[in-house]
Amino acid sequence: MASNQEEVKLLGATGSPFVCRVQIALKLKGVEYKFIEENLRNKSELLLKYNPVHKKVPVFVHNEKPIAESLVILEYIEETWKGNPILPTDPYQRALARFWSKFIDDKVVTAAWKSVFTADEKEREKNIQESFEALQFLENELKDKKFFGGEEFGFVDITAVFIAFWIPMIQEIAGLQLFTAEKFPKLYKWSQEFLNHPVVKECLPPRDPVFAFFKGLYQSLTASK
Amino acid sequence: MADEVVLLDVWASMFGMRVRIALAEKGVEYEYKEENLRNKSDLLLQMNPCHKKIPVLIHNGKPICESAIIVQYIDEVWKDKAPILPSDPYERAQARFWVDYIDKKVYDTWRKMWLSEGEEHEAGKKELISIFKLLEETLGDKSFYGGDTFGFLDLGLIPFYTWFYTFETFGNFKMETECPKLMDWVKRCMQKKTVSKTLADEKKVYEDVLGMLKAIRESNH
Repeated sequence: MASNQEEVKLLGATGSPFVCRVQIALKLKGVEYKFIEENLRNKSELLLKYNPVHKKVPVFVHNEKPIAESLVILEYIEETWKGNPILPTDPYQRALARFWSKFIDDKVVTAAWKSVFTADEKEREKNIQESFEALQFLENELKDKKFFGGEEFGFVDITAVFIAFWIPMIQEIAGLQLFTAEKFPKLYKWSQEFLNHPVVKECLPPRDPVFAFFKGLYQSLTASK
Repeated sequence: MADEVVLLDVWASMFGMRVRIALAEKGVEYEYKEENLRNKSDLLLQMNPCHKKIPVLIHNGKPICESAIIVQYIDEVWKDKAPILPSDPYERAQARFWVDYIDKKVYDTWRKMWLSEGEEHEAGKKELISIFKLLEETLGDKSFYGGDTFGFLDLGLIPFYTWFYTFETFGNFKMETECPKLMDWVKRCMQKKTVSKTLADEKKVYEDVLGMLKAIRESNH
């Protein structure tokens, strides 16, 4: 189904790992869309109209119908544009893909974030431990596969872009050794494979400004202690 | 080859009830195993090592965890009968969004209201009511969230009805007053045998929660 730029919109913010997920899926499937950059400190009326419940990005708008929550958006994109599938056809494998993606959101993203961006030291320590345990589960799940999706990257890999691109950045800022080649050899190898994939490479935000932004966030947090 | 279906669950769990309703809708026979969350079985720990939580569906020896994921799995495997997810991709996205919303908001807000006092308790209560008001608004004038038929979001939400009496008693409010249209929807859902036969008794749930609270208070001394 042909789509022109008017029909498909993505409200996002450069530097958001959740927005990046959607961009990777759209790129992989060759879907053209209009990207609308949101200023999250001054949310537009459009964003508030399209996502009144959470007021967050990404919001995917197809023929004026909005969808929020990155994993929900990925499922919608998969069902609407069938080329280069990101989910397997077998129901059990699909359930596993959904499980690990949810796991990444529930256990890795929050804990990794709080390992860095929490003022309280005890909280940080607790989250570092949780992140470590969660990453270990993923390391074990990956085994010797090239991608979580097998020979080609899929739903879980896309969800895990946070691990590949964002964790190394935020851990550098905080001086943490959370995700390293030494501690997680398979996951690390996966991250390099994934980041260098031609489709993914084009969707990653520019590192320097994103790094600077998070560094600023970290400094203001630690300075206000 | 006969399908072997086992469900690890706890009778009062809203999340477990979702799975039980789905299995009933599809007419799937299964073995139910009641877990004691204070003494988890080896099977549970083996089948859900990441979270150690229920429900877990074990289909021919293979575990599936997380209630919303289990329900989608059931819908995809036993696809010839009683479809649960809508067929339209946009409607599917909306159903998934709202089930995710319920999962992110209801239980944590309930706990906030339940285990706190004074201002924090009042704030929790207000938030809990506003969550259900939003869900009521989302229903609009439809008979079910799925339109004319009971679907994924209906199934995702209805088990929480068994906890309404508990919410009301601890929060000192009435769902009928706050969300009358939602209560009408509850009545429509309860006309379905798969729902009415599956849902736990709300008074028993309340007794169980009282017991939990007592245990929490005792362990705090």
